[in-house]
Amino acid sequence: MSLEEEIKEIRRSGSNKDLDAAPEFEMSDIFYFARRGVESIMDDEVTKRFSAEELESWNLLTRSNHNFHYISLRLTVLWGLGLLIRYGILLPLRVTLAFTGVGLLVFLTSIVGLFPNGRMKNFMSEKVHLMCYRICVRALTAIITYHDSENKPKNGGICVANHTSPIDVIILASDGCYAMVGQIHGGLMGVIQRSMVKACPHIWFERSEVKDRHLVAKRLSDHVEDKSKLPILIFPEGTCINNTSVMMFKKGSFEIRATVYPVAIKYDPRFGDAFWNSSKFGMVNYLLRMMSSWAIVCSVWYLPPMSREEGEDAVQFANRVKAAIARQGGLVDLLWDGGLKRGKVKDTFKEEQQKLYSKMLVGTQEDRSPVTNGPGIVRTAGL
Amino acid sequence: MGSRASTLLREEEIEEIKKETGFSHSQITRLYSRFTSLDKGENGTLSREDFQRIPELAINPLGDRIINAFFPEGEDQVNFRGFMRTLAHFRPIEDNEKNKNPPTSEPLNSRTNKLLFAFRLYDLDRDDKISRDELLQVLRMMVGVNISDEQLGSIADRTIQEADTNGDNSISFSEFIKVLEKVDVEQKMSIRFLH
Repeated sequence: MSLEEEIKEIRRSGSNKDLDAAPEFEMSDIFYFARRGVESIMDDEVTKRFSAEELESWNLLTRSNHNFHYISLRLTVLWGLGLLIRYGILLPLRVTLAFTGVGLLVFLTSIVGLFPNGRMKNFMSEKVHLMCYRICVRALTAIITYHDSENKPKNGGICVANHTSPIDVIILASDGCYAMVGQIHGGLMGVIQRSMVKACPHIWFERSEVKDRHLVAKRLSDHVEDKSKLPILIFPEGTCINNTSVMMFKKGSFEIRATVYPVAIKYDPRFGDAFWNSSKFGMVNYLLRMMSSWAIVCSVWYLPPMSREEGEDAVQFANRVKAAIARQGGLVDLLWDGGLKRGKVKDTFKEEQQKLYSKMLVGTQEDRSPVTNGPGIVRTAGL
Repeated sequence: MGSRASTLLREEEIEEIKKETGFSHSQITRLYSRFTSLDKGENGTLSREDFQRIPELAINPLGDRIINAFFPEGEDQVNFRGFMRTLAHFRPIEDNEKNKNPPTSEPLNSRTNKLLFAFRLYDLDRDDKISRDELLQVLRMMVGVNISDEQLGSIADRTIQEADTNGDNSISFSEFIKVLEKVDVEQKMSIRFLH
């Protein structure tokens, strides 16, 4: 029920007066705000999306056992055995594979980069990228099921997917070739980025350029217009979410005139939780945790391409794509911004609530005294 | 492996909270799980910032007043007992409770205590009276910038006039109860748990 309906109901139960001639304010109005406030303290839709999903039954990984307590000797022995296997056998194997995969990627893309641009180069770049990503997939023991591959993104399009972890990139890129978008980093990441771009065009931005939205939009548009270039891979949520929901899609990618290929990625948390809680764990810590889980099991659905329709603006289009991804992946579709992981919610939302309530107090009178301490009169017609 | 054990809830504590608040065993463990997820500092208490991190609470015009209700006078941290004691005000009143042996003291979720919670949202300086000034301040929180000082002032005056029976130009708790005697407080100030 909306704010207005609920407050009216509270007033109705407490008064015999005719509601059309209702008093402007009732002391009981506060009940609405109090109850809603305490409800959100008991449980809310947003904060739980930024920490790993809780499992119903334990999968023998300490990290997923939030309420650890001793159950039985047999279980502890099993857990100990699991620990040995995961850290003694699986982890060293996987780390070796990971180094091999990354090393080969850097080395081979640099070699491909020496060739002149043309079909031969594109062919080799494709093969090199796919091979190295597949090695990385093995390094994580990722067991991936791809659905509806006939909808795979094509050149000149934009691929959008929900974001749970950096592994999403490896999972998608081992099944198809994409142009990556991102900020140029220093260190090892930067080395990888710089050599990748030698083999085929990716879109890397300097830190300073990231803020310039027009520049970003222009580079993306230019890329999609060139049909010989690979489809761009973008994660519109802008941050990692814990794979139980899809949060607000930033509209930037949806403003560009291009076909959008939505992709839904759903991980099975029983074998290893892929969510990267970047405020709790750094990248290296995260990768080690990934490589010492049982496996990363996930499903990827390639959804049919979508385009912006007549009369639809970027935000509506973004929400439409988001709904399709949420539906396919079995995720909760939320309007909240993933940026709430780190930042505060904007004051405008509170101001909206205040506006709605004010409307109830002063009704629809046209001749009101001018506001002396605010930006202007709130016209109910415009609300 | 056992580092979490010290922050786990012991059975005796759960029993005590059950007696004090009336919540069931499973409700208490679920709320404990919620408490620990809000406790970013992992020190067993919540600060005001921990509450403000909840977006739906941050956009509530009375969010700060509600958060304040959890903290005893002058304190900046609330532990799990205090957390549960405040939440208990919103426990629904079950029919079968009225038939049980009457408790020695009034339950936290009685009609009177629910009204007291609401009263304290208005009573900013905790002097057991809602003055005109306090009412104005709370009204201002609820309406933001959308209503003029004059109009808000007349709303406050009218409210006090209707409620004030002893002529001291402020609303005491008993006057507050009288004004709201017909309102279905039990239902409007209760939150149903899903299990």
